[in-house]
Amino acid sequence: MRRAGLLGAAALFLIVAALVSALVDKIPFVHLPTSLSAVDQAVLFQIRLPRIVIGALVGGLLAVAGAGYQGVFRNPLVDSGMLGSSAGAGLGATIAIVYLGGAGPSAVPVAAFAGSLAGVAIASLAGAAGSARGPVSSGTATLLLAGVAVGLFLTAVQTFILERSTQVLQQVYGWLLGSLSGASWQQVTSILPYAAVSTAVVLLHGRHLDVLAVGDEEASALGMRPAMVRGIVVAACSLAAASAVAVSGLIGFVGIIVPHVARRLAGPGYRGVLPLSLLLGAGFLVLADTLARTVLAPAELPIGVVTALVGAPAFIWVLKGTRSVGV
Amino acid sequence: MPRAAVAVTAAVTAAVLAGCASSTSSATSASSATSASSAAATPSGAAAAASFPVTVKAANGAVTIKAEPARIVSLSPTSTEDLYAVGAGRQVVAVDADSNYPAGAPKTSLSGLTPNIEAIARYSPSLVVTYQDTGGLVSGLAKLGIPVLIEPAVSTLDGVYAQIEQLGQATGHTAQARSVVAGMNAQITADVKNVKETARKNLSYFWELSANPYYSATSSTFIGQIVGLFGLKNIADAADKASDAGYPQLSEEYIVTAKPQIIFLADNQPNDGGQTPAVVAKRPGWAVLPAVQNHEIIPLNDDIASRWGPRLPQLVAQIAQAIEHAPSA
Repeated sequence: MRRAGLLGAAALFLIVAALVSALVDKIPFVHLPTSLSAVDQAVLFQIRLPRIVIGALVGGLLAVAGAGYQGVFRNPLVDSGMLGSSAGAGLGATIAIVYLGGAGPSAVPVAAFAGSLAGVAIASLAGAAGSARGPVSSGTATLLLAGVAVGLFLTAVQTFILERSTQVLQQVYGWLLGSLSGASWQQVTSILPYAAVSTAVVLLHGRHLDVLAVGDEEASALGMRPAMVRGIVVAACSLAAASAVAVSGLIGFVGIIVPHVARRLAGPGYRGVLPLSLLLGAGFLVLADTLARTVLAPAELPIGVVTALVGAPAFIWVLKGTRSVGV
Repeated sequence: MPRAAVAVTAAVTAAVLAGCASSTSSATSASSATSASSAAATPSGAAAAASFPVTVKAANGAVTIKAEPARIVSLSPTSTEDLYAVGAGRQVVAVDADSNYPAGAPKTSLSGLTPNIEAIARYSPSLVVTYQDTGGLVSGLAKLGIPVLIEPAVSTLDGVYAQIEQLGQATGHTAQARSVVAGMNAQITADVKNVKETARKNLSYFWELSANPYYSATSSTFIGQIVGLFGLKNIADAADKASDAGYPQLSEEYIVTAKPQIIFLADNQPNDGGQTPAVVAKRPGWAVLPAVQNHEIIPLNDDIASRWGPRLPQLVAQIAQAIEHAPSA
């Protein structure tokens, strides 16, 4: 029952965040215009609303993917950016911007999506090859190390390509810093299927992650196949992260802090942490984006800067009272 | 890792925005230095015939060139165009990777953004021309006895002319440089005069340097002054902050709310953003803009629009044409 209450509160938080974001320049509400001009309507329905929806989707996906990864790896510092996902997406986007020319703007999301998944695939293969000779229990650590190595390698390739084509530096770094400014309804419909499938799969594995937390041997004794569960959850989380990255660029921190806040509120059980992360992540990113587009208006802050600037101190504050939270 | 990545990329972006002259003309840090150099660039040895040694005052101070340079390396796309325009093309032995005009220029993998002194020295140049002094370029080449002219992004039309004349002087083509400048000036003046007669001063425009994020240039920038010759209103002016140095970032909401009547795209070519008029018209919410409804989205040659060289009259002519076609405000 406590879990249901928490989830209700988190859903309310998301709704309030979305309302504030939509009406941020119309507050106090008495100033709400009774009739909107064509331009006002275009701004609200074509630019701002899709952006809020994309923000909620991306935030939810990043947070749930982060929580899932943390469960799989039994490591509180893992997030969706590891395992080569971010670096792969960055390389994919860079290749699209540099080599696909005129098709660039429309190709970037697809390339980032593919790059993100390819990065995880390469890291997983490298990790599997690396852990084949080691003890089973070191498998997850090897996979993480492989992810770090593959990430560094892909980033180096990206830097090399950029160095050869300095004309696009600004475009590429603009993308890397993350932004929701290109949001559209078309983006919403194109990532929604992937978002729905991946989130459903991760949420359904909350119980499995709770069992895994006890240890592989115990999980096996209970009739579970740890390697298979890991594979499924990693694949679903990677799909979630890739969908998010495709439309938003690289946004750090959400995948780490939100699950921790969720854990602080709901306790360590993944059946609570996963859905709570989804809702909190969505609300958090909508609020962060509202800051990103209002603090310097009419200029915009890269949203990655906001999530780190606001997120890091908030995270430390949360950690202060959290000496012994299990993962 | 995400924390570090954000910090690093933020720093790099700042550096890129400040220094990426060849792609976006946003080399704002250089422009203050330029006004000094353009003022001082009037020929000191006024004789029309090439006379060496010659001393010119570039952005990096007085530079003495002992004899007519037979081997010139240009690391600046603008300077490459200048050198060919004044007739020094035959002396140019290597240009940087971004110098894509004129067609015959000896393009190499050299970089003006991250110059490699050893690679430059391999061409045994007698003169190196570039737009910024990074990586110890000037002092490094000085050790090898190679003179360097820094010709940074300019802030005025006079600055353009002064650079062309200075490069003419430094390469033994003083007279031809003067006639190039006179020709440019005549064309630009004529275009401006023709349009002014049609009295469309109240049109507003948006100059798009990049999309997502959207960067623009205010009237105080070089390019803003060029459009300003026609008396148009720049929607970026109201958003200008001192810290933007004339190149503010604008949100889509701001741009749409400002309802520009003409949109100039300096980011439409495939290698520079690919934001074509068709792409712009399809952006969510942009269909209500007068510029979109009246098909006043003008795709520019990104290279001409981001350089300050001899092809400037072509840009001015394109702007003039756009204004002529626009329904009056």
